[in-house]
Amino acid sequence: MPLEYTGILDEHHTVRTRMGMFDVSHMGEFLVTGPGAADFVDRVTTNRPGRLEVDQATYAALCQEDGGTLDDLVVYRRAATEFMLVVNAASREHDWAWLNLQRAREGDAVQLADVSDTLALIALQGPQAMALMQALVGPGVAELLRFRFSTTFAMAGRPVLISRTGYTGEDGVEIYTAADDALRVWQALAAREVKPIGLGARDTLRLEAGLPLYGHELARDISPVEAGLTQFIRTRPDQEFIGQPALLRQLRSGPARRLVGLRLEGGAIARAGYPVLDDSATVVGRVTSGSYAPTLRQPVAMVLVAAERADPDTALWVAIRGKPILGRVVALPFYRRRGPRPSGQ
Amino acid sequence: MNFPTDRQYTAEHEWIDSQGQVGITDYAQDALGDVVFVDLPAVGNQLQIGDTFGVVESVKSVSDLYSPVQGVVEAVNDQLVDHPEWINEDPYGKGWIIRLRTEKLAEDLLSAEQYRQQVGEGKGGV
Repeated sequence: MPLEYTGILDEHHTVRTRMGMFDVSHMGEFLVTGPGAADFVDRVTTNRPGRLEVDQATYAALCQEDGGTLDDLVVYRRAATEFMLVVNAASREHDWAWLNLQRAREGDAVQLADVSDTLALIALQGPQAMALMQALVGPGVAELLRFRFSTTFAMAGRPVLISRTGYTGEDGVEIYTAADDALRVWQALAAREVKPIGLGARDTLRLEAGLPLYGHELARDISPVEAGLTQFIRTRPDQEFIGQPALLRQLRSGPARRLVGLRLEGGAIARAGYPVLDDSATVVGRVTSGSYAPTLRQPVAMVLVAAERADPDTALWVAIRGKPILGRVVALPFYRRRGPRPSGQ
Repeated sequence: MNFPTDRQYTAEHEWIDSQGQVGITDYAQDALGDVVFVDLPAVGNQLQIGDTFGVVESVKSVSDLYSPVQGVVEAVNDQLVDHPEWINEDPYGKGWIIRLRTEKLAEDLLSAEQYRQQVGEGKGGV
């Protein structure tokens, strides 16, 4: 996936106003199968994918015992005893080792398979995406609710898994195909004049939408509670998962740090790693992701700061090349698309 | 790519013309991508050869600006505050960044052809 095709700003606006396609085949996919699969995915993730209906998906985190985050992922229930875990490319090897370590406790009840190299993933995102998908695969695709998917459609004569999910803050789908079919599917979209979008715009789109990027907003030393992902953490103690006791303690006492948005004055960009200061010039946190927000036409950042500095409208400074630049704390996301949203999750 | 012959270039991708106007090259703006912010110096600042006088930020990266001469900042293009994209659209024209009253030129300034070779385009028409 290149950084850009025609330019990050142009690609960003293309997705916000029309649609664009992303080759995100670098994502990792694992299959979890067997009679113990549902219990297994419940034990290793913070959400409750074992209670999903078939053809339903959910976002979740993979945590270690201390509540630190090993990865974030989307879990798809493909059958009663079959789940697909979609993980980050950079975390794939470690996730695979970790999951196999956990699986060893299950005996023969759970099988794991890394199918990353056999699958491609193309995302089609933007306000025009669903209309085009209807034209390409049939009107039924628009009936997919958010975080629902279907394996009944074909594109370019090839079977595909179409999922009403994405990473841009826009409506759209993600299309899983066999690796060998990916080029045909891509070309079918290109033939409808869909523009390809690079990694640069993928980052500005997800940043505006307040979506975390593993290694930035989530990491082994950043818990999903700190990252504000509490809706994806199940809290009933009889539904235990790895890391739950640590996360419940953080929820009870309140986390020491919180991830919040910052809108910055002026034009300088607060980039990942820059220190965040309070009124008394004390370092209270750091930037996890920052860029120019093309839709808002100003620089924004996600910052992980001391919880007592995380209230909306708090004045914080980011040290940019030695100069403190004023910002105001805002609730995430920075951008929310207008119009009706398909419900489902 | 366009490297006009009526000005000189630095290895760090700035240009300076005979009026002391300074900007970044077509090659530099293309490599940076969409410019969204320019940090300009104050008029009257004294600069030595190689001093950092400002910063150009694109969505994907930050780039320091280095002075090709010893001199004093006589003017800055403050329209770039509202129109940083002019650096991409017209790097040798309305995308100029500062004007210097030159006291001494760097000895290693490059001609258009030398600069073109440095950025790997080889010989060719401008």
